Amino acid sequence: MERSEQLFRHESGRIVAALTRIFGLDNLALAEDVVQDTFCRAIEVWKLRGVPENPSAWLMKAAKNRAIDLLRRERTARRLVPELERLLESEWTMVATVNEFFRAETIKDDQLRMMFTCCDPQISEEAQVALTLNLLAGFTVGEIASSFLSKRATIEKRIERAKKVLAANKRLFDLSDNDLPVRLSAVHRTLYLLFNEGYHSASKESAMRAELCREAMRLAALLLDNPRVSTPATYALCALMWLHAARLRARMNAGGDLISLSDQDRSLWDARLIAKGNEFLELSASGSELSEYHIEAAIAWIHATAASTQDTDWARIVWLYDRLMDILPSPVVALNRAIAVAQADGPERGIEEIHAIEHRERLGSYPFLPAALGELELRSGRLELARQHFEEAAALARNPTERRFLEQRAYAASR
Amino acid sequence: MSEFVFLYRGGGRPESPADGEKIMKKWGDWLQELANKGHMKDRGQPLEPEGKVVRGKQRAIIDGPYPETKDIVGGYTLIEAKDLAQAAELAGGCPIFEYDGLVEVRPVMKM
Repeated sequence: MERSEQLFRHESGRIVAALTRIFGLDNLALAEDVVQDTFCRAIEVWKLRGVPENPSAWLMKAAKNRAIDLLRRERTARRLVPELERLLESEWTMVATVNEFFRAETIKDDQLRMMFTCCDPQISEEAQVALTLNLLAGFTVGEIASSFLSKRATIEKRIERAKKVLAANKRLFDLSDNDLPVRLSAVHRTLYLLFNEGYHSASKESAMRAELCREAMRLAALLLDNPRVSTPATYALCALMWLHAARLRARMNAGGDLISLSDQDRSLWDARLIAKGNEFLELSASGSELSEYHIEAAIAWIHATAASTQDTDWARIVWLYDRLMDILPSPVVALNRAIAVAQADGPERGIEEIHAIEHRERLGSYPFLPAALGELELRSGRLELARQHFEEAAALARNPTERRFLEQRAYAASR
Repeated sequence: MSEFVFLYRGGGRPESPADGEKIMKKWGDWLQELANKGHMKDRGQPLEPEGKVVRGKQRAIIDGPYPETKDIVGGYTLIEAKDLAQAAELAGGCPIFEYDGLVEVRPVMKM
């Protein structure tokens, strides 16, 4: 069974989405209060009586009752959604209206609309991610701050500012809007960043990282259920997430140390997730659009299905990175390409490619640039040079996990 | 064995879903342990914070004026113990203390 922590997070996203339809985007705080009260109530009851058989239904019903109470008290005092005002005025159309908004199917669409609303172009990318986590995945400001290694006050401000933008817009994004394709790519980007945050997160708490990945996957799966937004790029994004998630378990040892791809125990990779990722990848192959997610998913698929690093089709990976450089060139992509070149054609070629990266200075604080050079020098037998690169990398590490990993590599090079 | 009521007073709100899960787990474990050791008579019920107080010869009905929010009885459990001292000791394992609440232990009057 789902743990109650996850249950609370998911239901929180559903309840906020439903209530926002009723209360309006400018009354987000009211919706969040209802969620808060509902959970506190659940904990009060469940801690003594145990978790009910259908906790999700229990929470939805409690939230609905609480919303109806609030509407009885507040409908005269507050301006809610104008179109609903008449329906909410009379006692019994009010209850029927609230019931309608809490139907499972309605809520699914509401969550989608909320997701698209959070990805407003007026809101910065990082704020979109934080807002999505907060409103759709039920993460508290404190939890978001700790998983992003940011100050609580920074995240608080970021979210507050974003909520003001939403409140000023008043309306939830409508999926029949002409703007849909643009918004959809912002939603893809947000979910991609959210997933990566979990996958590469600086946070040392591995449970929290897995949770971020899971949430990104859950929200992405919501997109698959709606024909308007289940585009090839959506499938490609899902393929990418599922194929990466399959390796999540093998990426760290029991002590929380990172394990590099070539040293991972591939029997720990989750075959079910790989199969699902493969299915998504096949479904992504319709239409003419080739997104960055298609290419990254294809690369992830090659890794996920190779028996070992040696058996990996590196030439194909280099080719895919070339395509990625065509549509989304960046020094990080170029670095990953260079690493693949080294695997395909030997470390010397890889070193050349790294030195040839355009705008390499933009990777000045990126630990995995010197780390990659370290690996290649190590393979070329130039141990002293390798050690220096690893030490440079360790000095740039963004968190203790990375630092430990890079220091171990430096140590390996000095033996 | 005698019967005792644990009255749970106060106890803060959880700060996050993770915190909420922790609270429930602690309560579940504690109550289960009481049951395993044969002390559980009835897990009891949680109580709504609002209520009415009916008072005086006039049966005046007023909205429950509780001394302070932190003292409101939030629920009760019926347990069995050798004596008041043992009951109080059992109450000491309640997770409510970590959340700023308290347990009132009252013997059930039998004769």
